[in-house]
Amino acid sequence: MRSRRRFLIDSARLTAGAGLVSLVSFRPSWATLETMQGAIREVVGEASVQRGKVALDLPPLVENGNTVPLTVTVESPMTAEDHVKSIHVFNEKNPQPYVIAAHLGPRAGRAQIATRLKLADSQQVVAVAALSDGTFWMASGDVIVTIAACIEDVP
Amino acid sequence: MARVLLNVPKTAKRGEIIEIKTLISHPMESGFRVGTNGTLIARDIIQHFTCTYNGEEIFRAELSPAIAANPFISFFTTATESGRIEFSWSGDNGFSASEAATITVE
Repeated sequence: MRSRRRFLIDSARLTAGAGLVSLVSFRPSWATLETMQGAIREVVGEASVQRGKVALDLPPLVENGNTVPLTVTVESPMTAEDHVKSIHVFNEKNPQPYVIAAHLGPRAGRAQIATRLKLADSQQVVAVAALSDGTFWMASGDVIVTIAACIEDVP
Repeated sequence: MARVLLNVPKTAKRGEIIEIKTLISHPMESGFRVGTNGTLIARDIIQHFTCTYNGEEIFRAELSPAIAANPFISFFTTATESGRIEFSWSGDNGFSASEAATITVE
């Protein structure tokens, strides 16, 4: 005959196992460095991305990942011949690598955009700028997040 | 109707570079959070933002679930002539909102 203790241990194991399975099945897969690089490749194609010209203004440490201010500035004269066509922002560890794709033109005057992000973890944020001459420039910044966003459960 | 806050200068000199700031109330539900019943909460985000200056598109952005709730977007443009600057947002579940501001260029 099974003892009461044995029964309790078994049922506890069963519950823990079921909990683990549901946790695994409901959690979406995380983006990784590779998926971020893949997303960047989709935008730039075969072109090489050079570091420089782009400045990423991000707080190095944020308490709450639900709103992280971000400013991207690209050095450009913004003339008809030489301007920034688009600015793309990517992240490394949110469930999806995309953040924002902004399309501007020569009449923007200044190639600068600002928005607020959600970050699920301490991670790297990358901004890529596409210039009218077909070159791509990038900058990256690291953020430490103490309270994550995006994937936290509703209480 | 979603509440919208716009910050567009009322007057500007011709050729002046002006900053435009926009804020719209929206939950930007990412679609990755688990609700009280253990199932995922459906995604509900704004996907597109467009700004036109007297009918000409001057700025466009595609947003993702990684944009914070109540999306804030700011950008620059050159004040060329007096007129209307129109903003429109569209997203999941047929969400759409638009707002306009007038600018006087001297």
